[in-house]
Amino acid sequence: MTEFMMIFRNDYNPAFKPSAEQMEASIKQWQDWIGGIAAQGKFVSTNRLGFEGKTLKPNHVIVDGPYAEVKEIIGGYILVKATNIDEAMKLAEGCPILSIGGHVEVRNVVPMNN
Amino acid sequence: MLCKLFGIVHIEIAEDITTDTFLLASETWDLKGIPENPTAWLYTVAKNKTTDYFKRNRIVEEKIIPTLKHNQKPFEETDVDLSAKNITDSQLQMIFAICNPVIPPEAQIGLALRILCGFGIDEIAEAFLTNKETINKRLFRAKEKLRTENIKIELPNESEINKRLETVLTTLYLLYNEGYHSGTRNTQLRKELCLEAMRLNYFLIENDATNKPAVNALMALMCFHSSRFDARTNQTGEAILYEEQNKDLWDEDLIEKGNYFLIESAKGQEISKYHLEASIAYWHSTKIENPAKWESILQLYNQLLQIEYSPITALNRTYALSKVHGKEKAIQEALKLDLKENHFYHSLLGNLYTNIDNNKAIIHFKMALTLAKSNSDKLTIENHLRKLN
Repeated sequence: MTEFMMIFRNDYNPAFKPSAEQMEASIKQWQDWIGGIAAQGKFVSTNRLGFEGKTLKPNHVIVDGPYAEVKEIIGGYILVKATNIDEAMKLAEGCPILSIGGHVEVRNVVPMNN
Repeated sequence: MLCKLFGIVHIEIAEDITTDTFLLASETWDLKGIPENPTAWLYTVAKNKTTDYFKRNRIVEEKIIPTLKHNQKPFEETDVDLSAKNITDSQLQMIFAICNPVIPPEAQIGLALRILCGFGIDEIAEAFLTNKETINKRLFRAKEKLRTENIKIELPNESEINKRLETVLTTLYLLYNEGYHSGTRNTQLRKELCLEAMRLNYFLIENDATNKPAVNALMALMCFHSSRFDARTNQTGEAILYEEQNKDLWDEDLIEKGNYFLIESAKGQEISKYHLEASIAYWHSTKIENPAKWESILQLYNQLLQIEYSPITALNRTYALSKVHGKEKAIQEALKLDLKENHFYHSLLGNLYTNIDNNKAIIHFKMALTLAKSNSDKLTIENHLRKLN
């Protein structure tokens, strides 16, 4: 089993302010999807990324926002275990980001000491 | 307490004195009746026996050893402190000495039962569905290990206590499960194992140093589970499924206590697996049936699986999913689980396919029947098959 990282990308829309109910429904959707991966014993870890962000460029140039030049934003990631990329792609199916216009990037994790 | 006094090196002496004391008690009480304060009686006898032991030992030390060795330190009279505080403190320290990761969990449970709970070797053997010889060997090896590793009977210090407490809780959790899920039909013995786990857990709650949220969460879990003790087996010790239990037999007092400890466990930020399991058990202890109940249970299982995967949690989660999102969706999720050797897996699929595709349901129940080992599991599966035919 190798580790794969799924990166959730979506358009950044600062105007979108979900209601408490919408938030709750969204969290349940995500938890059901992640729970499904965990139920297969393939879950490693996951995190959401907040909207606070800055970008550091060469020569001490700091740009506000993680979305300085792209309008796409990374909303979070999950680390999973899979035998190969195809199996990891199978796990990505049903990811809630797909239902709101976003997409999932699946990448193999290469440990630093390899 | 005696173990503490003697130290782990002489753990057998403490064990012998305890056994002697109880033997004397059963003989004396048989003849003269039970004394007014049996606990005090036992402790006093144990104390006297200990003093005798030290006196004998002193004769050896004073009369015999000096002839071998001249610069002998004078032996000091040992007083056995019988205050309630010393008794509970010693027990608590002993819990930490026994629940030590240097010995395997099974041996920890065995030692806990022998030394902390005073169980006989034959009772421990019955609980583990094995023979006395195996248990004796296991306990002997464990005691040797504690001795060679020079494990002290003391509370770990502040910085270590959380880490060490994890091992203690795991052992108490396993001890409880040993009773709750034991293959033995001896319901009384099973109940005793569970009660002992709860008693030891309560020691941790009573002491400020160990009264942590996870400890309360585990206590809540044990209370909720125990509340169903009388409802979950029939007179012959066969299991009764949750859905078929007579809810009037649930112990309301224990459910109340479970609620109390669950609230206590919510202090602080920590969410342990015991918090999640206790919360699931809380929902199972409520008699109401509404969508919020299964929605909450599903979310708790989702979180629990992210902390710790186990096949049974995965299957339970899929069952909860069927209650929230329907059987079709749950079947899709179940088929992704790689648990084809597990009879619960096939029972779950049999259950999900019932009234959707009864032929498939029968296939899975039959598969479950060939994989199941215990008679009560087989009986349950046969009942399902009978309803389908």
